[in-house]
Amino acid sequence: MRIDFFLVMAALLFTIGCVGVLVRRNIIVMLMCIEIMLNAVNLTFIAFSHELQSMTGQVFALFVITVAACEAAVGLAIVLALYRRRRTTDADDASLLRW
Amino acid sequence: MIHILWVVPLLPFAGFAVNGLLGARVLPRKVVGWIACAAVLASFVIALGAVSGLGHLPESTPPGLVVDHEAHRVTQTLYEWIPLGPGKDGHTVSVAWSYVLDPLSAVMLLVVTGVGLLIHLYSIGYMEHEDRAGFARFFAYLNLFMGMMLVLVLGGSLPVLFVGWEGVGLCSYLLIGFWYDRMFDAKAGMSVADAGRKAFLVNRIGDTGFILGTLLLLSALGTMEIQGILKGVPGLSAGMATAAALLLFVGVCGKSAQIPLYVWLPDAMAGPTPVSALIHAATMVTAGVYVLARLAGLYVASPVAMTVVAVTGGLTALVAATLGVAQTDIKKVLAYSTVSQLGYMVLAAGVGAFGASVFHLMTHAFFKALLFLGAGSVIHALSGEQDIMKMGGLRRRLPWTHATFLIGTLALAGVPPLAGFFSKDEILWSALTGRGGNLVLWLAGVLTAGLTAFYMTRLYMLTFAGPSRLTHEAEHHLHESPMVMLLPLILLAIGSAFAGLVGVPHFLGGDAVPNLFEHWLEPVMPAVTGVATHGAAGAGEAAAPLSEWAAMIVALLASAAGIALGYTMYRNGPLPERPSLGVRLVRGRYFVDEAYDRLIVGPYRFLCRLGAALDARVVDGLVNAVGFVTDLTGEMLRLTQTGYVRNYALGFFGGTILILYYVLR
Repeated sequence: MRIDFFLVMAALLFTIGCVGVLVRRNIIVMLMCIEIMLNAVNLTFIAFSHELQSMTGQVFALFVITVAACEAAVGLAIVLALYRRRRTTDADDASLLRW
Repeated sequence: MIHILWVVPLLPFAGFAVNGLLGARVLPRKVVGWIACAAVLASFVIALGAVSGLGHLPESTPPGLVVDHEAHRVTQTLYEWIPLGPGKDGHTVSVAWSYVLDPLSAVMLLVVTGVGLLIHLYSIGYMEHEDRAGFARFFAYLNLFMGMMLVLVLGGSLPVLFVGWEGVGLCSYLLIGFWYDRMFDAKAGMSVADAGRKAFLVNRIGDTGFILGTLLLLSALGTMEIQGILKGVPGLSAGMATAAALLLFVGVCGKSAQIPLYVWLPDAMAGPTPVSALIHAATMVTAGVYVLARLAGLYVASPVAMTVVAVTGGLTALVAATLGVAQTDIKKVLAYSTVSQLGYMVLAAGVGAFGASVFHLMTHAFFKALLFLGAGSVIHALSGEQDIMKMGGLRRRLPWTHATFLIGTLALAGVPPLAGFFSKDEILWSALTGRGGNLVLWLAGVLTAGLTAFYMTRLYMLTFAGPSRLTHEAEHHLHESPMVMLLPLILLAIGSAFAGLVGVPHFLGGDAVPNLFEHWLEPVMPAVTGVATHGAAGAGEAAAPLSEWAAMIVALLASAAGIALGYTMYRNGPLPERPSLGVRLVRGRYFVDEAYDRLIVGPYRFLCRLGAALDARVVDGLVNAVGFVTDLTGEMLRLTQTGYVRNYALGFFGGTILILYYVLR
């Protein structure tokens, strides 16, 4: 298998996640998009690990998954707290920290 | 007791500390008064011991003292005060805190502590109606003044002297403004505090000259020790000597109230009367004359400076005497008289007769302190009334005050054989025959003598003689002063009567009555060429247009005429009011204050307003501009804070891409 396919796939995934974060207003969707971007990175790690026959990429992928889990926990907690207070999951409604 | 000279100024300082810290709350009034008097009494006793020791100095020098047998001078150096580093010629320049006792400072020392002691005593009675805090404050200030004055008198170098000089100026300010919550001259809108400030500010002008003169001498001679300066004078160029002497004379003009800086002294009468007696008649205002005598060697080296000094003195004497003629405030008459008499002293110094100057300083301290205290006794008896138009006929009601005041009046008027006669006669003779002396200066002096006799007789007649013009209220409260006030009056009256006898001129006393005062000052006075001392066949005497006898008789006639005129004019109370130009001019003090207001204070105020505008517009404008730009930048940058996460994320990604582009390019 050529590594190119994996890299193109990862780039596509990353772009989807990136655009999702920028254009969507639902916080849950934005969190999901962040997960997609992280997994795109994971895919790249794994692809290079396989290509270079090195374990380092896989270990890094495990770390990223751990961090992503933490991030999801914190992010969802914030979303819950926001929803309880303001009955909304729209990121643009939570724009009080501004001029 | 000469080895504990340093204690003399210290004791009043101790009294100041105790009364100032504890007087208002802890100590009873009686104790406050007695502490203050005891401090000065102890100083007086030690001073007396030290001065009597000056006559027969021991051959073996006690530790810590430097004795100059020839000049009868004892120097006590306490410590090195200001080390200034190496001077021009490699010598280390430093200023020591040292006290010097020589015949000249001895005279001042005894006058200051002696008269000061009597006035302290008198103040216990005079200030009895003050509340406790005010009483303590008064005596604390008075003691501080004594300490500072003694530092001034004993200071062995110009900086030490200057500390005392400024210290007495400060005390003068504090004591003039003692009743700071009262009005002094309601018509002119001048409060007592204003009078104090005026004295302080006018003195600052003089002090600036004094400092500049001191520094000029330091740069020219590399020393500020008085003896060092006098030793170095022959090496000075004529211009340098003149400049230094004139700059120091500016200081003298401020402190000793000479034209053009005399304006503060009449307003200094806003203070309590003992203050006027002690500071503004007997001691502080004579400090300038003392400096002239102290630095006599410097002045003698500069004929120009001597002429300026003599003319200033003569002019001041005459102008102030004419102003004294029309005053209606008992203290202001005496104030102008003081300015006039100080003019006499400066005139004497200006013609090289420093001995006569110091002699008059001493006799004047006696009779002017007496007159002020007598006036204070009158004011006290009348519950604060100072207008002589509302007095009259007090002779029988205040017999002791009257008797002593009369002695003071006659002494000031120059009636022989009272103190004022001898000293004034010596000054007039020097004005005629001294170095630079001439007929004009002498005539100014004689005219002043006549005017002095006239205004003093007027003052006496309006206050003590004639019909009573008291209000019922004042008549009711009228009382002779207590013993504690009368005793100083009597002692000063004795001094005023007999102090002149220590300086009887040779042509009157012959060999039977030697001129003790002149003999005493001889070691410290520089030899002034052209000064004919009394009786000695000097070079000046041959050139004199009048003989000594004739000069004396003319002066006496002037005094007698003044007394006779004053007596006949004011025998029946005040004259009817005649608003002629002359009267208006003199009442308005020749409008000198107004002229200063227009010519100096006005432009200065304008300059101040200009400065304020510059500060408000330009300086503040620049500072505000910096603030405005910062503010504006912030205003613009805040627009990027939208609060939308997406916007931040976009910046985030955009930034990342930019960085990647630059890194990977």
